[in-house]
Amino acid sequence: MTLSRESAVTGNAVSQAWSSHEGAAALAAPTSTEKRRVFDWRILLGFFLPVAIALLWEAAVTFGLAEGRLVPPPSRIIAMLWGLAQTGELRTHAWMTLWRVLVGFVIGSLSGIVLGALSGSSKTMRQLLDPTLQALRAIPSIAWVPLFILWLGIFEASKVALIAIGVFFPVYLGIAGAILSVDRKLVEVGHVFRLSRVQLARRILLPAVLPEAVIALRSGLGLGFMFVVAAEFMGASEGLGYLLVDGQQMGKPDQILAAIIAFALLGKTADSLLVVAAKPLVRWQDTVRERL
Amino acid sequence: MLTFEHLSKTYADGTRALSDINLTVHEGEIVSLIGGSGCGKTTLLRLIAGLDRESAGRIRLDDEVLSGPHPAVGIVFQEPRLLPWLSVFDNIAFGLDGLSATEKKLRVTHALEKIGLVEHADRWPRDLSGGQQQRVSIARAFVTNPKVLLLDEPFSALDAFTRASLHEHLLGLWEETRPTVVLVTHDVQEAVTLADRAVVMQPKPGRIFDELPLTLSRPRDRTGLPFETSVRRVLTALDHSLKAPQAQPQRERDRQAAALWW
Repeated sequence: MTLSRESAVTGNAVSQAWSSHEGAAALAAPTSTEKRRVFDWRILLGFFLPVAIALLWEAAVTFGLAEGRLVPPPSRIIAMLWGLAQTGELRTHAWMTLWRVLVGFVIGSLSGIVLGALSGSSKTMRQLLDPTLQALRAIPSIAWVPLFILWLGIFEASKVALIAIGVFFPVYLGIAGAILSVDRKLVEVGHVFRLSRVQLARRILLPAVLPEAVIALRSGLGLGFMFVVAAEFMGASEGLGYLLVDGQQMGKPDQILAAIIAFALLGKTADSLLVVAAKPLVRWQDTVRERL
Repeated sequence: MLTFEHLSKTYADGTRALSDINLTVHEGEIVSLIGGSGCGKTTLLRLIAGLDRESAGRIRLDDEVLSGPHPAVGIVFQEPRLLPWLSVFDNIAFGLDGLSATEKKLRVTHALEKIGLVEHADRWPRDLSGGQQQRVSIARAFVTNPKVLLLDEPFSALDAFTRASLHEHLLGLWEETRPTVVLVTHDVQEAVTLADRAVVMQPKPGRIFDELPLTLSRPRDRTGLPFETSVRRVLTALDHSLKAPQAQPQRERDRQAAALWW
């Protein structure tokens, strides 16, 4: 009896300590704890429409209301995905696509960052670079394909070049724009403390442009995935884009849809990784909600 | 000692923001620049801070002519202007780059104690209220131990209670090193609370209209009669300074009328 009461008391104390600890945490970071504590069930609302449509279509095909030859039911797509995964084909193709995007993204975003920083921070450089780059930007990137094939051959180099072009422009524009829009008032703080140009860039400009730089990189990455499809349409024997073309030529809509789903998953994962990697750098942001 | 000699500033668009300013601010003195909007108060401060260049004349700090930002001159802007990506601690330490980590910590912690924000050292500026942010901004200017501290209407965006408590924080910090302070304000009460001398300015072009010594003993009792009298004196001077330029167009018109007559 006494024992149980004692344990009840200690239990109480523990829960009290816990709650005070929680209280302190809430004081320190009110928004994040609130978010963690209450799971927003409305997030699941987003799943309702696609799941309902998938189930309806599955039922329609099962009960013979539709043939499902050109629009395969979800079960057949999943079976196809599973099959591709089993044979290891899915991994080979996905890896190939990912590799192309990655190389193109690195080349495109690095040159975008360098040229964007130059044209954002120096008026002379802007007047020198920007008109040419803007003119090049007006060319639909796919129009480069024939030239790239002539110059770089039909293998990887031309594909990576196309992806790099696609990544370059949003990154260039985003970085240059971000630097141009840095608050003059914060730059003045740097002047008052007599920062050199390099110090000013490192201590004020760089952190100030980071949030927008992340957004620029994300849209660059998105375009990278867009252009990898185009690049793989140019003729490839591997890659998710090849699966698409192959599915069309062989009349296998389930393979096309499986490749599309793989693209979606891959793109979303890459984007999320970028967001997670950038999060510690832009934690300080004072925005109403997290950006898209 | 801070000296202005025939200081003038004309902007590129031809606006004469300041015209022939001559003024001496003694060491450890708190001078308040007061006047209607557009009389060049903020321009004068930006010239001292080295953020703008004078068109004519010069500013001297002791025997040195100021050109560009000077290590012995600190400024607190109208807005806190904290760097949002640095914690409160790092914001205050922003100007202490050359110092050792221990010295830095010592100075910043002391400043945090003075402004009563020790427990907020690790927070982001966004988590602070407007008054707290401005306190951090004042601390950032003080930790470098400037000889001259410039304050550009630093309390204008705050409510009366916060402002009164910030005046105390400011005087508390000032007591320690007694820097020369140039305070721009449009609040007469504030000028009388803080300053040893009120310099009343006049717009179009910005120039000095009058100087009034404020010799009340510190700490100043804001409700006492001497305080009231001083406020009234400054207000009267301010009133005259604002009326004076209106007389000018009147004279101008008379002259034009006379020209027509002849």
